[in-house]
Formats: sequence, structure tokens, C-alpha cells
Amino acid sequence: MIFLNYFISGISLGSIYAIIALGYTMVYGIAKMLNFAHGDVIMVGAYVCFYAVARYNFNPFLGVLLAMIVCTFLGIIVERLAYKPLRQAPSLAVLITAIGVSYFLQNSALLLWSSNPKVFPSIIGRGAFKLFDGELSVSHITALTIIACLVIMVVLTLFISKTRLGKAMRACSEDKGAAQLMGINVNATISLTFAIGSGLAAIAGALLCSAYPTLMPTTGALPGIKAFTAAVFGGIGSIPGAFLGGLMLGVIEIFAKAYISSQLSDAVVFAVLIIVLLVKPAGLLGRLTQEKV
Amino acid sequence: MTKKILTCTILVLAMASCAFGAAFKIGGTGPLTGGAAIYGTAAMRGAQIAVDEINAMNTGITFELRYEDDTHDAEKAVNAYNALKDWGMQVSLGSVTSKPCEATAAENFADRIFALTPSASSAAVTDGKDNVFQMCFVDPNQGSASAQYIADKKFAKKVAVIWKNDDVYSKGIRDTFVEKAPSLGLEVVSETTFADGNDNDFSVQLTDAQKNGAELVFLPMYYQPASLILAQAQAMGYAPKWFGVDGMDGILTMEGFDKSLAEGVMLLTPFNADAKDEKTVKFVAEYQKRFNEVPNQFAADGYDCVYAYCQALTQAKATPDMSAEDLCGKMIEQFTTMTFNGVTGENVKWAKNGEVTKDPKGMVIKDGAYVGLD
Repeated sequence: MIFLNYFISGISLGSIYAIIALGYTMVYGIAKMLNFAHGDVIMVGAYVCFYAVARYNFNPFLGVLLAMIVCTFLGIIVERLAYKPLRQAPSLAVLITAIGVSYFLQNSALLLWSSNPKVFPSIIGRGAFKLFDGELSVSHITALTIIACLVIMVVLTLFISKTRLGKAMRACSEDKGAAQLMGINVNATISLTFAIGSGLAAIAGALLCSAYPTLMPTTGALPGIKAFTAAVFGGIGSIPGAFLGGLMLGVIEIFAKAYISSQLSDAVVFAVLIIVLLVKPAGLLGRLTQEKV
Repeated sequence: MTKKILTCTILVLAMASCAFGAAFKIGGTGPLTGGAAIYGTAAMRGAQIAVDEINAMNTGITFELRYEDDTHDAEKAVNAYNALKDWGMQVSLGSVTSKPCEATAAENFADRIFALTPSASSAAVTDGKDNVFQMCFVDPNQGSASAQYIADKKFAKKVAVIWKNDDVYSKGIRDTFVEKAPSLGLEVVSETTFADGNDNDFSVQLTDAQKNGAELVFLPMYYQPASLILAQAQAMGYAPKWFGVDGMDGILTMEGFDKSLAEGVMLLTPFNADAKDEKTVKFVAEYQKRFNEVPNQFAADGYDCVYAYCQALTQAKATPDMSAEDLCGKMIEQFTTMTFNGVTGENVKWAKNGEVTKDPKGMVIKDGAYVGLD
């Protein structure tokens, strides 16, 4: 039973990684760029939701909606000011800019909201489903996170494969130059990708802080890195891969802590990552594509 | 423009103090901006209140206090220290946080400027330096004091420890706690760790403590992860006794924190803002009047440092025209022999290596407020 309890803890941690990883992988899949500021957009979303719910007594779901709107605009502004001027620059320059944006957001949050940690009110309470006479418990927030992951995954996949805008996104991802020649507005498409990614970040922020309720300007940074790892694990660019990678990363982390050593858990997680990448260099569900030179 | 005005004010102040020739120049560095700013500003404010009180008291000792910002960065702390040295600092308050203080303490030692840090608690701050002293407990002592306290009060026989293995503060306390526990009849049945990056989920650590039958969980860490641990333990239905150290101070002031989670949490801390003794009441009232908040332990440490200096300088019959080096010798002599009573403890004494001994105060959180255990 303890084993199953650990497994459920792993799933709940993993579901949080998964929902963050979805945003990472979506932006990478389309814009071919690692948006290291994703974790910090999550933090901004969580703060907006915190202020709406805890200070101004919004309905939690309205709070999340407001956070999504703010983050979407934030994503568009960041993309416009920081990434768009670098569209023709080498990808390394964009990567460094993303790190800069990440620091900028963190330090702005420090100025605006100070470093004192805040306790986030859970958006759906702290209850749990009890199974087997209470031997196992699955918290509501875990269930909600997994449902949210699945819904986002399905909607994103449908959006990208079925709609015209989705088709434009896939075209940009394959070849920007050719897409432009076909009459696709590449700039607008990439901006749209960032807008969607940032909106997802707000949802992830609200769920992250509902599950682990302390909120600081650095709240998003480390889960962001872990989620990036999860995205690579599952195959970066692949949406189901991000989900699978996130869940597996969470479960491996908890099992490593429980059965190997709580001191070495991160080392074990990354050792598994290395092994997976040695066997499947594109990640679990990634497609290996030949880079054209 | 503000800078100019500031410089002018400082110049005028400096001239004024020269004219009277009666003020000791006391300087310190601390994080006044950035992520650790709450600690630095609190210590500075506490020290400033003490300076103003002493200057108004007409004891023959007056101080001129100057704090420089080090943003909790060792390199900036050394620059800040040099600025203070140029200003003519005679005795120093070291730095507020441990890492920067390790750097400035080395400068204090080389320059023979006496230092008494309010709150830099790592052992490396005072190690090998005869003129650097601490007002707060050195980290390892908190571990042994906690073990002693738990054993004396018979809170538990089986104890679990959860500590942060990438943090010198947490590790220092854990090391001496685990070392001391067996000799006091405490059995450490579960010992688990976490680190930056996996400090969200504590289900494994708590399950381990629970299945090994720990009656008390010792938490040598800051209050932010502790608040997560308390929430997750409650969700699991695990309710051991909780015991923390001074890093736990602050948990009740977290915005949005459900105070009922911390009900019954015990901690060892040198300062209790709710204490009813005359000194504490006066200090807390003044601090609240000026800054509209309850002072924390850092503010109290800063306040005590200045009073300790006042006592030592009076006893040594020191005068402000003495050089920093002369004062350093006198201060070493005084601090290793004197006994000080302050808001962070009675019968405070210092060892030759700069470590402080004072009785730690056991506190318990009751109805959302600290109450003394003794």
C-alpha cells in the first residue's frame, strides 16, 4: 500500500511537471526556440491569480481566467520586444535573450511583490478522494491537474492538426521561408504560439501553487527547469511526449527518494534521463528529424 | 539630486560629530535590497533604534551608525566594508547574513577592526578570528541545544529529522543534533533530505517518519519549506510534534498562511516579541511606532549589538578619539569577560572564539501566536 501511495505522490508531482512541460514543448515545437522564461511566466500567472483570489475575493476560476488574460498579453509583449527583433539571429542569441527575460521577470516580481513568500489559496480546496477505506488518497488538485493536462493535450493536438491556424503553425515549424512564400504571416503565427503558451503557463501556475502552496518570485524557475527536462525526456516538440515525460519524471523522482536515497533523488532522475537519451536520442515519443544544412 | 543632498547631510553630520568629537563610528553591511532584504533592513532598523536611544540617554557614549547595502553578495559586502572603512568606522557590525559575513570577517581580522555580527550564524564567520563575535547562536549550537531541550522536556524518544542538504545552515544544525541525540536517549528513527529543485513534495519524507514511528519531527530549515511540510502532513493525517529552530520564525507572518497548521509547533529562538519584560516591550513598541510592523529576531539582534557595544565601551572607558586598532584590543578584552542582558537573552556571554552562549527560549505556537514554553 505504501508503494501505491508513493506512486500516487509521483503522479501528482508528475502531473504538475507535465502541465508546465506542455507549454515548453508547444513553443519549442512551433517556434523552435527554448523559452526559458516559461517558468517565470508561470510565476506571474500565479501572482495574478493570488491577488485576484486572496486580496480581491474573486471566484477562483475567474482568478485563473484573469491570470490567463494577463499572461497571454505578457507573452505577446515579451515576444514582441525581446524575441521578434531576433528572428533572423542565431538561435543561441535567442536562447540567451530568453534567460535574460527570465531574470527580468523574476527581479521585477521581486520589486513589485517583494521576496516574502505568500501562501496560495487552493483553487479547489484541499480535499482528497479516499480509496480502500482511506488507505489511499488522491487529492482533488491532482485529479484536476491530470484532467486539465488531458484536456489541454487533446485541444492542442486538435488545434494544431485540424485548424487553419494550426496548419500555419506546422508550416512555420517545418520551414519558415517556404511558409512565408505560401502567404502565411510567420510573425503573427509565432506571436500566436507565444500567446497560447503563456496562457497555458497561467493555468500551470495556478495548479502548481494550489498543489504546493508557497509563492515567491523564484517559484517558477526550478519547476520550469524540471519541466523542461520532462519535455526533453518525452521528446521535445511532442505534446503527448510532454505529458508522458512529466508523469514519468515525477514517479521516478518519488521512487528514487523513497527507495534509493532522498539525497540522491535528483542524481537518479538525471541518470535515467541520460540513459533514455542514449537509447532514444529524440526522447520517448520524439521524432528524429534530419536537420537540413 | 537626492544623492547630493545625502552627501551634504552626511558631510554636515560628519562635521557636526567632529565638532563635538564624541561619537563612535559604527558600521555594518547587510542586504538592504534584493531577495534577503527583510533580514538586512530589520537588523539596520533595530540597530538604529538602539543608537537613537543611547544618544538620547546621555550616558557619555554616543554613536554614529552607517549601514551599507551588500545585497546578500560576498563581493559587494567587501566593497561595502571598504566604503565603511574609508568613512572611518571604528567598530563594526560585520554583515547580517552568513556568506557575506564570512568575507567581511576576514577583512575585519586583517584590518584589526572589531566586529560583532547580529545574525551571521555560520561557524566559518568566527572561525580562527580573535576579533569577530556573534550575537546570534552559531549554527551547530542550535542543533545540540535543540536535542538537549527535547530530551530535558521529554517531548519524545523517537525523532525524525528532515533537513535541506544543499544548505549549510540546515546541515550545520542537523549534524550536531544527530551527533548529540543518542547520548541524551533520543533515537533518530528517520532522516531524510531535500534540496533546491525538489523542495515541493515531502510525501516520501513524511511517510518515512510516520512508518518508523517518529513522535517528533525536527525541522532545521527556514519557514517556507516548513509551511509546505506542515500542510502536507495534515493532508496525510500525520500529526507528530514539530520542533523547529530560529529559521521557523516568520512562519506566522506569511501572507495567506493558515495559522491552524502551525498550532503546537515548537521552536527554539532567542527572541520573542510577545515577551512581557520591560526591555522587550519598550523595543517592540518603538519598532512598531516607527515601522508599523512587529520586529523579528534580526531586528532584536541588531538592537542588542549596539547595546552590547555601549556596555563594553563604557566599561573599557573608551573614547571616540581612539583608533580602531586600540578599540579592537579593548573590545576583545571586554567581550570575553563581560555579561550582557538584552532582548535576545539574559546572561549573554562570549567565548574566546567569538561564539555566544545564552539560554535559548523555547516557544510554542498557540492560537496563532508565540507563547513561551517555560
